[in-house]
Amino acid sequence: MEAKLEPIVKALQAKFGGSFEEFRGEVHYFVQPAQIVEALTLLRDQHQFELLSAQTAVDYWPQTSPRFHVIYQLSSLAQNITFQLRVPVNGDSPTVPTAAGVFDSANWRERELLDMFGIQFEGHPDPRRILMPEDSDGHPLRKDYPLGYEEPQFTFNFEDIDLRKPYAKE
Amino acid sequence: MSQLQEVSVDQYRHLVSERALTGETMLLNMGPQHPSTHGVLRLLLELDGETVISCIPDVGFLHTGVEKNMEAKTYQKAEVMTDRLDYMNTMGNNLAYVMAVEKLVDLDVPVRAQALRVILSELQRIASHLVWLGTSGLDLAAMSMFLYCFREREQILDIFELVSGQRMMTTYIRPGGVWRDVPVEFEKAVRDFIKIFPRRIDEYETLLTNNPLFLDRMLGIGKLDAATALSHSVTGPMLRASGVNWDLRKARPYMGYEQYDFNVPVHTEGDTYARYLVRVQELRESLKIVEQALNKLPLGPVRSDNRKFVPPPRSEIGTSMEALIHHFKLWTEGFPAPKASIYSAVESPRGELGVFLEGDGGPKPYRVHMRTPSFDNLSPLSKMVKGHLVADLVAILASTDIVLGDIDR
Repeated sequence: MEAKLEPIVKALQAKFGGSFEEFRGEVHYFVQPAQIVEALTLLRDQHQFELLSAQTAVDYWPQTSPRFHVIYQLSSLAQNITFQLRVPVNGDSPTVPTAAGVFDSANWRERELLDMFGIQFEGHPDPRRILMPEDSDGHPLRKDYPLGYEEPQFTFNFEDIDLRKPYAKE
Repeated sequence: MSQLQEVSVDQYRHLVSERALTGETMLLNMGPQHPSTHGVLRLLLELDGETVISCIPDVGFLHTGVEKNMEAKTYQKAEVMTDRLDYMNTMGNNLAYVMAVEKLVDLDVPVRAQALRVILSELQRIASHLVWLGTSGLDLAAMSMFLYCFREREQILDIFELVSGQRMMTTYIRPGGVWRDVPVEFEKAVRDFIKIFPRRIDEYETLLTNNPLFLDRMLGIGKLDAATALSHSVTGPMLRASGVNWDLRKARPYMGYEQYDFNVPVHTEGDTYARYLVRVQELRESLKIVEQALNKLPLGPVRSDNRKFVPPPRSEIGTSMEALIHHFKLWTEGFPAPKASIYSAVESPRGELGVFLEGDGGPKPYRVHMRTPSFDNLSPLSKMVKGHLVADLVAILASTDIVLGDIDR
């Protein structure tokens, strides 16, 4: 682990417990949903992580507890390091407290996660979909949401094609 | 699977002021088809006369589900989707994605390929800034800027066509190197560009930098202070115009950027004019990098010889059974990546272009997330335009240099 990251991991462990994993020099630290706002505030105020570089999620369906990991990628301009917080969330009613009070950019990012994964952010100031139409159904980046595609036709038998292909019929 | 969301006017009510509900102020829809929104961006404006009270950006009209689609493709084949995100920065997008793949599977890149990547992504930065300069000039009624900038941009696109066969959707940078070595005409084409371009930047600056009409439209408009910019995760020229010296090429050098001598222009005013100055100065800095990289362009291979990740050259396939097997395996099945996740970022013309990549041990990415700079750079717009005129909104929006393909993904 990079020397600059050690005191940060120690501080987080002293306060929240929790575990971490390391891969190619990156540290991913796991915290519970209830602790995330406090953890982000601690990192921003005590360890100079001024920038929430990215916020995203991964769906581990069919695994249900935890089903999602919400990921907070933080950058420190002053120390020139990055750090990742991961929040495991259960699948039945995925809810995480909002980080919009800590970083303004979390506002739109969390709308995107609500839209794409159906993760609810408690206390979010503007919980609307952002990319998909407001009346759309489902959350596309979930693993149980099918990837739509058009079947290639290997025949010139148009009756056969008509049977299977969903044309707009006039 | 999930509940259908009810749509009603009530969900917009908290975004506008009380005066809008009584009819005292006007709600005006700008876009999604409007020339100065630079794509399909819709802005819901609340206006008091000509003054903007609040501005609610509505994005997503260009949402194509790229992240979902990439999960269904192998690591090599998913790369073509990255060109289509930020279509003003195709080489840079390729580079960001390919660097993430290389970090995930731990693959080395030959020095010649690294230098070529630097040259091409810096040319792409110039091309992207030229489109920004041309279109924002057009927004402020400087019609000739558009023609001049596109003339030079065309020259860069010709270089891209020379190396990759495509002007825009290049997919030239591949995991482990680049697609193939550049042709012999490449050096002359780039040298021609290096020769004429400084004079052309002088021309642009003569037309705009001290132009009183231009200054009236830009100075003090759309101020963004450093703290707000950081909290909104604004990066790139917009952040540097607010006085924060943060450039990933300097902070965490990749592809050998540490060998090149260049400056990072920083201005502290944080207004539209500061953003203009930062980008115009970046044109000169990028040209400096291109020239240095071209001068010491090393000889050697342009693709890694690790056959587990990089397909063998065509000539080997006819003579070596092993090469044929590798070729077949790589293009039918793809290469496996470990069950782990990484985040890697590059400095795109618009800011930090990050790629979050998670593998599951198989040949397809389990999850790809593109952290696109335009998305975050647009988010403070409502704060920047508050109290300005509608005409200023056009100038401010132009100065954010957003690409809608980059926002909507």
